[in-house]
Amino acid sequence: MLKTFSLGGIHPPENKFSAGQKIESMPIPSQVTIPVGQHIGAPAAAVVKKGDTVKVGTLLAKAAGFVSANIHSPVSGTVFKIDKVADASGLKKESIIINVEGDEWEESIDRSSDLVTEINMAPQDIVKRIADCGIVGLGGATFPAHVKLSVPTGKTCDVLILNAVECEPYLTSDHQLMMEKGEEIMVGTSILMAALKVDRAVIGIENNKKDAIDHLTNLASKYPGIQIEALKVQYPQGGEKQLIDACIKRQIPSGKLPIEVGAVVQNVGTTFAVYEAVQKNKPLFERIVTVTGKSVSKPSNFLARVGTPISQLIDQAGGLPADTEKVIGGGPMMGKAIVSTDAPITKGSSGILIVKGEEAKREKMQPCIKCSKCISVCPMGLEPYLLMTVSQKAIWDRAEEEQIMDCIECGSCSYTCPSTRPLLDYIRLGKGKVGQIMRSRTK
Amino acid sequence: MNTFTVSPSPHIHSGDSVKKNMYGVIIALLPTLAISIYNFGLGALVVTATAIAACLLFEHLIQKFLLKQETTIWDGSAIITGMLLAFNIPSNLPIWIIVIGALVAIGIGKMSFGGLGNNPFNPALVGRVFLLISFPVQMTSWPTIKNTFLSYTDVQTGATPLSVMKEALANGELPTDVLGQIPSYRDMFLGLQGGSAGEMAGIAILIGLAFMLFRKIITWHIPVAVLGSVFAFAGILHWIDPMMYAPPMFHILSGGLFLGAVFMATDYASSPMSNKGGIIFGIGIGVITVAIRVFGAYPEGISFAILIMNAFVPLIDKYIKPKRFGEVAKKK
Repeated sequence: MLKTFSLGGIHPPENKFSAGQKIESMPIPSQVTIPVGQHIGAPAAAVVKKGDTVKVGTLLAKAAGFVSANIHSPVSGTVFKIDKVADASGLKKESIIINVEGDEWEESIDRSSDLVTEINMAPQDIVKRIADCGIVGLGGATFPAHVKLSVPTGKTCDVLILNAVECEPYLTSDHQLMMEKGEEIMVGTSILMAALKVDRAVIGIENNKKDAIDHLTNLASKYPGIQIEALKVQYPQGGEKQLIDACIKRQIPSGKLPIEVGAVVQNVGTTFAVYEAVQKNKPLFERIVTVTGKSVSKPSNFLARVGTPISQLIDQAGGLPADTEKVIGGGPMMGKAIVSTDAPITKGSSGILIVKGEEAKREKMQPCIKCSKCISVCPMGLEPYLLMTVSQKAIWDRAEEEQIMDCIECGSCSYTCPSTRPLLDYIRLGKGKVGQIMRSRTK
Repeated sequence: MNTFTVSPSPHIHSGDSVKKNMYGVIIALLPTLAISIYNFGLGALVVTATAIAACLLFEHLIQKFLLKQETTIWDGSAIITGMLLAFNIPSNLPIWIIVIGALVAIGIGKMSFGGLGNNPFNPALVGRVFLLISFPVQMTSWPTIKNTFLSYTDVQTGATPLSVMKEALANGELPTDVLGQIPSYRDMFLGLQGGSAGEMAGIAILIGLAFMLFRKIITWHIPVAVLGSVFAFAGILHWIDPMMYAPPMFHILSGGLFLGAVFMATDYASSPMSNKGGIIFGIGIGVITVAIRVFGAYPEGISFAILIMNAFVPLIDKYIKPKRFGEVAKKK
């Protein structure tokens, strides 16, 4: 029996159309838009101004505080302007717009593709380099990587867990990265282990990626302490809490972080970025993006510079089909619907999913029939039907008591509900309110 | 510029629907209907068709003229109420009584509480118990199973194993002697016993249960808790005094226990939300059923037991919570 997490979960159709597609480099666009807030935490502060000349890898914006991340230029050229530009969700955000001229890289970056296995940096220097290079969680959450690697005093970490489950349907960027950059990921893992001073790492991979499991298992024999764990295909296994539970059978208590059970989780794509940052001194300014969908003529995995317009990636994958009704940044379960494809891809763009016609529409909501299927699929053991009801009725103290803040917003409840009730919509609303109330209380 | 649909995640749905679940239950009831027709012929057909038609009609009329809502009679739930009402009454019951039962089931049991998903009690049982109290004679004269196919109200009637046992024990007979006067366990399980239209055949109901478990319409918790607790409680009584109390297998195979445990107690709206709650609910039903059968005035107690436990559901749901993630770690 393959391992998985203890409570709930669903198994939506996988639809991994772009699986096995070689990573293809996107052409460099003529202009890029770089938002200064591409991560969880404070937006970075711009350190360039209009008219400045930048190279690939030049620092554009500096982290504003501990939970923040540096932003580097993905192109060489001239800063055209700094302005508020609509992001994929349609929100105007401060962005640095650069007109591209050539492709000149900072000399400090090692552009060779040679594998560098030897790690000769002290743990604190590794963490500093990761912070300097602006590495954030590439699974989609974009939490600054150096924050997780700085274990708070009084807590101990004994195991590193790598998230390679890619449990979202359709997405294949992590899968393809493992197939093509397996060695680099192994070195990256060793670097993270050194930074955390742990001698054990577990890489959790879902069993629908057997080739990646075999490939990494072969490689792991050369790297002490790294264990590959094949996991049963079950969504949302990529949730931090679920992944730790699945890999090492430890459950994080309500409201706590992974470090509470001695674990730190990093995404496998992040681990590759860590390798490049530490061994090649390369900041994070490009990433793998899956472009896919049932109607997409050429589902692909692209290596794209941050700031490339979403529309260019779609064109490269065969163009936007005429019957497109919805474009999603990320996977179908937790991704965000995109307002305009003019918006750029950012550090957190794991995929672009094209949805056609009727599939994009929601069915009409029917009364709750109390079938309790939402409870049985909730990976946190919550009662989504009840959380929706108390949120609708604005009974916030009850919502808090029923642990609404534990919801990880995986969407399994809404996906499952036979009455097609928008459970998660209302739970999000409730979480926002209850969160506000809780914060006002501690002040 | 293209305009796209923008909505919050998740962006996909399982395709499950109220209809799929409800019609799944109806499919699960078909083996029972088949045995009912085999046993009682035309009577079973008339009773089932009447109950379904009356339930659909009353739901439609109430929605259209009283509530002024869009009618939702084809979601399958009124058909289930009709089938379950029919399976819980004798197959020779006159049509006008069935129609009254359907009115009470749909009107009082379901629509007055807000319709689909809001009924605190199992609507079919509300109808059934109303009829049992209002028409005790008609409701307790069950047709025997070896009648001609075309008989309906003109049918020959006889006692059910449960009523035979109740009367015999009251007269001081020994349970083991009574077992000789009624069908064997095997025959009872196969449905070769008298009773309400759809309650005789454990085997047909278990086939329906297997189908519902396979399609994930219900979970095993409530049926297993009901059957297990009936077996345990009746077993304890029988072990204490085998001269006074019938053996547990008799209680399992007789009356409407299977029908109640599998199809009535598992009604979504009137059963607890959590699995743990479902087990408590099921044990309550099992214990009350045996208590009524053994100590009460009625030979059968499953209907009352389910209705009584239905009333406890809000309390169970309030205090019995599903296992939360991280709960175990917290206690350590």
